[in-house]
Amino acid sequence: MGEHLIKMPDVGEGIAEAELVEWHVKVGDLVREDALLAAVMTDKATVEIPSPVDGEVLWLGADIGDVVAIGSPLIRLKTGDEEGAASGHDTSDKAPEAPSRPKDIEAQADGAVKTSEAVVEKQAREAPRPQPVEAPQSPPVRVHRPSGPRMEGDKPVASPAVRLRAHEAGIDLRQVPGTGPAGRITHEDLDAFLTHGPQVAKAQGLVQDTSVQHVKVIGLRRKIAEKMAVAKSRIPHITYVEEVDVTALEDLRTTLNATKRADRPKLTLLPFLMRAMVKAIADQPHLNAIYDDEAGVVHQHGGVHIGIATQTGSGLMVPIVRHAEARDIWDCATELTRLSEAAKAGLATREELSGSTITITSLGAMGGIVTTPVINYPEVAIIGVNKIMVRPVWDGSTFIPRKMMNLSSSFDHRIIDGWDAAVFVQRIKTLLETPAMIFVEA
Amino acid sequence: MKDISCKLLVIGAGPGGYVCAIRAGQLGIDTVIVEERKPGGTCLNVGCIPSKALIHAAEEYDRIAHLSSGKNPLGITTTKPELDLSQTIAWKDTIVGRLNSGVSGLLKRSKVKMVQGRARFRDGKTVEVETETGRQIIRAENVVIATGSAPVELPSLPFGGTVISSTEALSLTAVPEQLVVVGGGYIGLELGTAFAKMGAKVTVVEAQARILPQYDAELTRPVFKRLQALGIDVMTRAKAKGVAKAGNALLVETESGSEVSLATDKILVTIGRRPVTQGWGMEELVLDMDGPFIRMDEKCQTSMRGIYAIGDVTGEPMLAHRAMAQGEMVAEIIAGHKRVWDKRAIPAVCFTDPEIVAVGLTPDEAQKSGSEARIGHFPFSANGRAMTKLGEEGFVRVVARADNHLLLGIQAVGQGVSELSAAFGLAIEMGARLEDIAGTIHAHPTQGEAFQESALKSLGRELHI
Repeated sequence: MGEHLIKMPDVGEGIAEAELVEWHVKVGDLVREDALLAAVMTDKATVEIPSPVDGEVLWLGADIGDVVAIGSPLIRLKTGDEEGAASGHDTSDKAPEAPSRPKDIEAQADGAVKTSEAVVEKQAREAPRPQPVEAPQSPPVRVHRPSGPRMEGDKPVASPAVRLRAHEAGIDLRQVPGTGPAGRITHEDLDAFLTHGPQVAKAQGLVQDTSVQHVKVIGLRRKIAEKMAVAKSRIPHITYVEEVDVTALEDLRTTLNATKRADRPKLTLLPFLMRAMVKAIADQPHLNAIYDDEAGVVHQHGGVHIGIATQTGSGLMVPIVRHAEARDIWDCATELTRLSEAAKAGLATREELSGSTITITSLGAMGGIVTTPVINYPEVAIIGVNKIMVRPVWDGSTFIPRKMMNLSSSFDHRIIDGWDAAVFVQRIKTLLETPAMIFVEA
Repeated sequence: MKDISCKLLVIGAGPGGYVCAIRAGQLGIDTVIVEERKPGGTCLNVGCIPSKALIHAAEEYDRIAHLSSGKNPLGITTTKPELDLSQTIAWKDTIVGRLNSGVSGLLKRSKVKMVQGRARFRDGKTVEVETETGRQIIRAENVVIATGSAPVELPSLPFGGTVISSTEALSLTAVPEQLVVVGGGYIGLELGTAFAKMGAKVTVVEAQARILPQYDAELTRPVFKRLQALGIDVMTRAKAKGVAKAGNALLVETESGSEVSLATDKILVTIGRRPVTQGWGMEELVLDMDGPFIRMDEKCQTSMRGIYAIGDVTGEPMLAHRAMAQGEMVAEIIAGHKRVWDKRAIPAVCFTDPEIVAVGLTPDEAQKSGSEARIGHFPFSANGRAMTKLGEEGFVRVVARADNHLLLGIQAVGQGVSELSAAFGLAIEMGARLEDIAGTIHAHPTQGEAFQESALKSLGRELHI
């Protein structure tokens, strides 16, 4: 009998630690080779850790939500035979807890990590199956789901055994919510009532809910929280709001969509904005930058890598349209669709989720009138798109209905002066209001 | 005679009383039970058990008589049967005797002291019993009144001579040529049908508009049909006025108001039963009453501390199994357990031909209770087992709430359906829904399948009709 130690694999360049977001196994489970053991998360990408061998789970090295350093022990497996020494070690005489021979374990673990890494890479390349970032499965907590109001005088539905137990415990079954068919009160309902008391028993009228749920902030939610806290605490934001008349742009967009080739994607407003940003950045390259505030260096990028803030089932993600300067409007649209779908399905790779140089945030029809976007640290600018609405606009002699849209944009005031911010947004406004300028070289 | 002191005294060893005493004895309670006659009460001695014996004998006789008529499809021929009713009654008496001693044995095994004689309250804690050997004083911390019920007499038809009650009817040694049954309730119809099968010319006189008035017309129709087939005349809205002077006829005022004279050998009066609240010193107590019955609460506690009442003396339905359940509960309460009457249904069975079972609410009652009802109805004519028994008459009917399909009631009429009462009662008591019944495998071929099918039908997915 051998033992196989699996360590937290190195899931990407420069990553020192990863958060355990899900265990697929528990102690005592038998696992087959390639069976998934755990999911870990780094920088908004989730990586599944498969088992390199057949074996039985002896020990789990972390709780869900723990941040584990790369290379730390994660799982111990008991292997059934010499295959346990797949990485070339005679483990038959080794006691399960044998820290006196750390070298062996170390070497063995290296093998495991290698195997895991290989699988990780394979998965990243082929993106073979959805691996949504999921909140960890908390142990099933019985939900107190009252069966709807019981009519006055209705007898509670319960078996004689349940009725007897309730009566002996001094419980009026009319107060006990039944979760069974037809509101039937089960032994489990009675247990729950005995344990938790009648806090949700009243079915009618307004009742105080004094319950408090303790939700551990883990996984993607913690990443978002950390990132937002860093951005807001480090970056002095300046937010600039301007109104854009998108009537002409909308006409163009509608026409293009109506006349486009069948294989072309449907255009939303965002590809136009992306192309306008590329033009504006050509004049103001310091807005397309990463500010390393600790080193005191602004990395101005030639390539425009636009992050697109995307709402997914598990939270905010920012997939990146790389090299927007090298993509035409159709290409931008195609890439945008692909990425947002991948992010929503949890299929976005780590590479697709990191390395942006400027970000767009848009909530579409939910965009509101004004927002105060938080900069995607360590970038220096974020462009927020508000909703389009028809507003009356004074043309000098009369009010005419125009499709108007606000842009709410935030800038890192350490690097970007208000003037620069205004120039940038005005440039985008001009481009969007006269969309031909987006496509014509100056 | 030395006085007896005990923790529990039970007055009356009928189904309620003896079950109470047995259970109390099992729980280690020092228990005394007083019974004037034989243990088992009305049910065992002059009710359920003897009537079932007589009904069975009558059925057997009728079956063979039917076969001997040569008009049966089974290919069986036989000669005309003979019946010696005195022998039948003797057989019935042996069954009753076996059960009497069975109950005595159970009481003895539970260490219950039996005192034979008529009990009479002296006060709420003291009872005196006139025994064969003298007066016995019994003092008890708790007393359970289980004095039962007795047949109601019609003022115009006092019992005696040709006018008999069910008790005498179960001891007749010869089948009367003509029998008039006054009262078309279940007791009168059970016995009337039995005597008709044994060859009597039976007439049923019922004051109300129809027989078995506590059941709906749909349920009683097959019974009424069978009564007609047996040659039983049923007079409804008819009043028995008295025995004709000569003694061999009953004077009846018919629906139209005219008076007719029904020649008869015996007049069986079965117009109901009254609680026995006299003859045991109730006047020495201060008990609240509920009409003719002793008022009791959900623990069978009367208005006097330490005095309980169970069974027929406490009201309708006057059924042995209700009394038994009450007796068991009271014994446990006296033993200090927390108990309360929370039964959902008391099945009622009518051993007519065909039999009727009713548990819970009928469609009408469900409607009146305010819930919209969903009804499922499956006839035995579509049930294989019923066909092979020549018993296609009747049906099973389920009544459920329309909103959540909770079963509110189950009724059936048909050959042998009394045995389905167990399944029906269990379904109601467990809080079953139509889907539970529909989803339970019912053995094939049995009449019980009709239960499942009626549930399926109410759900719109019946399979065999």
